[in-house]
Amino acid sequence: MNIRSGLRSPYGGFVLFAVLALCMPLLVTNDYYLNLLIIIGINSITVIGLDLLMGYTGQISLGHAAFYGLGAYVSGILSVRYGWPVLAELAVALIIVAAIAFVIGIPTLKLHGNYLAMATLGFGIIVYIAFQEMDFLTGGPSGLVGIGPMSIFGVPFESDRAYYLLVCGFLLAALILSINVVRSRVGRALRAIHGSEVAASVLGVDIARFKVGIFVLSALYAATAGWLYAHYIGFISPSSFGFLFSIKLVTMVVIGSLGSIWGAVFGAALLTSLPEFLTFFENYESALFGLILLVVMIFMPRGLLRGVEDLMIRAYGAFKGPAAQADEKR
Amino acid sequence: MTLSQQILQYFITGVTIGSVYTLIGLGFNIIYNASEIINFAQGEFVMLGALLTISGVQLFHLPLPVAGVMATLAVALFGVIFDLAAIRPLKDASSITMIIITVGASIFIRGIASIVWGKEPYLMNAFSGEEPIPFFGAVLQPQSIWVMVVAFIIVMGLRQFFGKTLTGKAMMASAVQPRAARLVGIDVKYMVLLSFGLSGAVGSLAGIVIAPISMAQYDMGVILGLKGFCAAIIGGLGNPWGVVVGGISLGVLESMGAGLISSGYKDAIAFIILLLMLFFRPQGILGRTKGDRL
Repeated sequence: MNIRSGLRSPYGGFVLFAVLALCMPLLVTNDYYLNLLIIIGINSITVIGLDLLMGYTGQISLGHAAFYGLGAYVSGILSVRYGWPVLAELAVALIIVAAIAFVIGIPTLKLHGNYLAMATLGFGIIVYIAFQEMDFLTGGPSGLVGIGPMSIFGVPFESDRAYYLLVCGFLLAALILSINVVRSRVGRALRAIHGSEVAASVLGVDIARFKVGIFVLSALYAATAGWLYAHYIGFISPSSFGFLFSIKLVTMVVIGSLGSIWGAVFGAALLTSLPEFLTFFENYESALFGLILLVVMIFMPRGLLRGVEDLMIRAYGAFKGPAAQADEKR
Repeated sequence: MTLSQQILQYFITGVTIGSVYTLIGLGFNIIYNASEIINFAQGEFVMLGALLTISGVQLFHLPLPVAGVMATLAVALFGVIFDLAAIRPLKDASSITMIIITVGASIFIRGIASIVWGKEPYLMNAFSGEEPIPFFGAVLQPQSIWVMVVAFIIVMGLRQFFGKTLTGKAMMASAVQPRAARLVGIDVKYMVLLSFGLSGAVGSLAGIVIAPISMAQYDMGVILGLKGFCAAIIGGLGNPWGVVVGGISLGVLESMGAGLISSGYKDAIAFIILLLMLFFRPQGILGRTKGDRL
């Protein structure tokens, strides 16, 4: 048992995280912070999904805000225009998003590197423009107002505290699903694809199927988060789902540490709360945000969580001597 | 106006804006060719060029050509600093990391610009008046001629540079095979540095010529940068002639689509073309056979 396997054993960490997350409302009484925690939870769900795609499978998506937005808009439109129950909205949103992700994913995921980045980016912008222009459905640039409150099987989730617990429930479900995917045969196949597509296909991994499958799964995470977001805020407008939000999601994955589910949650928490603390600097907010991104990437290209882990391991290794360090690396 | 005159008018507008996309796309191409990096801060070079020139003219009362040259030199220098500070320390990073770095830089630069220039748009006077020139029933703005001429000169200049000068050839070589280039004594790092400077200058010039048409604002670089990148991909990343073809055809299709179909979907047209290209001919219109760069 060394530091690494200690940090990596997922279920212990999961139980600890679940207890901490569910106890949060006892500690946080301020509405503003509770609100922030809810948004962090919602973003974490999207980011965990994106990390499955980016961190584990090695594919980039610069258009994930589109799936998040589609989840929010499909459920918002069904709620505002047709007054559907929320779970039915979620089901329809998931089906539509899965279909779109599947159709887009097949040609897109044949591309690599910069081309893949550009294709997903283009897709994201097209969806964003559609949100803006299809105003008979979406309300156009001024947004969709009056999305009904969340209520599941007659149980209302009106207070922030109740909503927090709901978001927590979905987040924990997303976590446990991801941990299982990553540890399963599928997870190993995904990592093989990340390592080398040629080698993976030689070993009998159906690359195209796994890549599209994980793309659809990560889109479903985003759509679920969008559904939670729409019913929490009650109002959605295209500007929440643009290119910059896609970039922010990718940044959360990368800053948190690619290929680490806890890193995804950490990155989402950090980057969601950062602008809130930076409003302190008002006009300097976006410059500082960019600067922090740059500095973290330059000095810890493996992300903050891994960066700190590396530092710890190095310190531990220095303490135990070089032989132990070699052992850690293995 | 008859329909054919209208179409001619859209065509002229399209070629004008397409020339700007071409210039921005060339900026991407120069850096990509030397280092295989996609510089998402390319649009910010465009914005800096335009806003610095406007400041030079309005605050320091410099003549436009002087302000333009100074702004372009400043942006070129900025590109060099950007490479030294953010790109060079990470030479072995994955393409995802590089994308994040350049995106981070673009957010940072945009943030600084919004502090320096504020968030309101600035107007720049056209270089030589605004008297429209009649052209077979359509009209041609003098600024459009400026845009096309400047784009033409830069394309020709780059052709000479990459085809005829030793430095240009060395840059091409470090793109094709960095290791082999190093073996024959080319300083690849220096070539990448140079590419950032050159790309900054080209981006800045694009911003200066478009500013009288579209106004200049701290966030103008986002969409211009993306369109320029579309132009580069449509034409075939890495191929300068491809960028010209890609930029002009993108500008014309977009302008036709906006005029004849719907102006709201104008920006979507560029990205739909981009997706179709990527799905069916990812090497671009003029691209070579599928390389391993894909």
